[in-house]
Amino acid sequence: MKLAVKDAMRCVGCQSCMFACSRRSGNAGLSNTCIGIKSAGGISRGYTVIVCRSCENPPCANVCPTGALVPKEGGGVRLISSKCIGCGLCKDACIIDAVFWNEQDDKPVICVQCGYCVEYCPYEVLELIKDKKGVSHDGE
Amino acid sequence: MMENDTLSKVLYIDLTKKKSFVKDRKDLFEKYLGGTGVATELLLEECPEGIDAFAPESPIIFAVGPLTGAFPLASKTCAMFKSPHTGDLGESHAGGRSAIAIRMAGYGAIVIKGKSELPIYLSISNGKVLFKNATTLWGMKDGSIAARVMRQTEGGEGLRAIFRIGLAGENMSTFANVTTETYRHFGRLGLGAIFGSKMLKGLVISGKQMIEVTNKKAYRAMYDKIYNMATESPLMKKYHDVGTAINIKSLNSARALPVKNLQMSSTDSIEPVTGEEIAKHHLARRVACAHCPVACIHLAYLREPYDDDPYFYKTTPVCYDFELIYSLGTMVGITEPKALLKLIDIVEQVGVDAMSMGVVLAWITEMLEKNKITKEDINNINISWGDAEGYIKLVKYISKPTTDFLKACSRGVSYASSVYGGKEFAMQFGKNEMPGYHTGPAGYLGFLIGARHSHLDNGGYSVDQKDLVKVDLSPEQVVDKLLDEEAIRQILSSIAVCFFARGIYGLDLVSESIKLLGFNYDEKQLHEIGKQIHLNKYKFKMREGFRLEKLEIPERIYETVDPTGKITKEFINRGLQYAENLIN
Repeated sequence: MKLAVKDAMRCVGCQSCMFACSRRSGNAGLSNTCIGIKSAGGISRGYTVIVCRSCENPPCANVCPTGALVPKEGGGVRLISSKCIGCGLCKDACIIDAVFWNEQDDKPVICVQCGYCVEYCPYEVLELIKDKKGVSHDGE
Repeated sequence: MMENDTLSKVLYIDLTKKKSFVKDRKDLFEKYLGGTGVATELLLEECPEGIDAFAPESPIIFAVGPLTGAFPLASKTCAMFKSPHTGDLGESHAGGRSAIAIRMAGYGAIVIKGKSELPIYLSISNGKVLFKNATTLWGMKDGSIAARVMRQTEGGEGLRAIFRIGLAGENMSTFANVTTETYRHFGRLGLGAIFGSKMLKGLVISGKQMIEVTNKKAYRAMYDKIYNMATESPLMKKYHDVGTAINIKSLNSARALPVKNLQMSSTDSIEPVTGEEIAKHHLARRVACAHCPVACIHLAYLREPYDDDPYFYKTTPVCYDFELIYSLGTMVGITEPKALLKLIDIVEQVGVDAMSMGVVLAWITEMLEKNKITKEDINNINISWGDAEGYIKLVKYISKPTTDFLKACSRGVSYASSVYGGKEFAMQFGKNEMPGYHTGPAGYLGFLIGARHSHLDNGGYSVDQKDLVKVDLSPEQVVDKLLDEEAIRQILSSIAVCFFARGIYGLDLVSESIKLLGFNYDEKQLHEIGKQIHLNKYKFKMREGFRLEKLEIPERIYETVDPTGKITKEFINRGLQYAENLIN
């Protein structure tokens, strides 16, 4: 399964997806969100929706010096928190800014493609796509 | 409240010394929840009695609530200050990302005092307050440009709120506002002027902290309950679809919509500026406040050709809603949508309250018609009902006044009419310009005795439309209803819930949801706290010289037909007398 942006033009910037993602931990706030909504240069121009594209050869994992980010079969990465030293190289390596940061833990938060956020997008901006290994999808 | 919740952290900022510190104020938050309740207490603490609203010691207070960042629809920031417009309580609420950003930055309230010797803006993140030089941003004709510079200079994209003032705030027009996220406002009562008096151009705040919850299962269940009500129940549909502008048509048919300075209460030419028609021809996008799925903010795109090049267009996004269509539309006789959008746009650029500005423009038009002023008083421009071009010039002049008359107008119609006459048609209540509801006596009593500033802050217009059009209520019964509703709304604004969501957040749901964040109050207790907060506000108002018996009421409200036919001096006076006894 892969999280994808179906139609960013429908995004109203309510950030319900961001709060949902963080709420998976059971707590409120935004510390654990790994989805980002920001204006595309001012609200009137709409929003940029940032989700992890679960790359098949993930640059974030490639630069991790401690092996804390492990590429998954079919794309994306898994974080082994105990191995992470919080150097932030993964964050810099992701050119779409989809490696988010938990400031309290000083470690990255990585999308696990669970699709919880999709359930809290009232405007169908996001979708979870069934994705066979090696088959690319047309999500942004 | 929860042990680790940072809600009780109050950030105190001194603009004179360029210093800040944080103090834990559990005492206030546990007693008054947050938002309005806490901000009122901070104002009573921080604002010296009888002080000039523009003095350095005059404080600006922002407060958010326990539900902010935890549940949807709780994204309002309450601003509290001494109003330079009325001389007593200044309270204004705004959404956007303001409340979420303050809460996620790790604060429940911010107190700003002092005065900078040069223009500055504040940058608040990661527990630090930076004082940034805003000299280059001062004096820009369009406030959105200053915001753009702050956006490009500061970090925290997607998580930050950007507050700023425009020219009117810099020039201390007493109805200047503070704009956040381009289209949301701390409007009414002049917070923008206080920013200007402190040489504070704006502030940027961001954060993304966690709010720890003990009962995680119950929290998620409660979240889903509220979220589903917000997205699926009909309660929010009105705001979600056409938006508040849907009321234009119905209030016009009911003869409750002020037209041409309330000389009339309906117009035959309303159709092009009804919410439905504007949506059909001009609506381009709907956007939301942070953590609110409703998306009630309606943006129209105004496309104007340049005169000197037929294939060159200026396309401007303009935010509209009911109050703007009233104040900058029907109140000044404009019922052509493009003209209306152009006038709204200039009001946004200079950063003034749209309702107050519309009422000021309407009053000036009538003053000129009645030969109480001359064209020289308004820099020799031509203005007339429905002429947006004239009003656009006038808005600019009022925001940067050059004549004595325009200077007086930059202080609102109450002050201007006390100097130049025309009080009988200066549409103010408690020195604040009227909102667009000529619904009946309960609405007016609400404006007069309510602790805040607008139709939405008390139930008056609703009592008119639901009750008084059908049955008779005594003035005393109306006042009882108003005060009862006020208590509930104080609670909503203390937990920082948007009043549009009042149908969802009944006191029972409030009690259940705040319990998950460590506040144990039942419905009855909440009602009592609400009453107390309302009284605390009155304490501040009275301390600063507010008296119900001193209120001046424009004769015009008794002359223009309304849906109830019950707006009489006797009704209003009896209501005021009764309220005075209760409040005293």
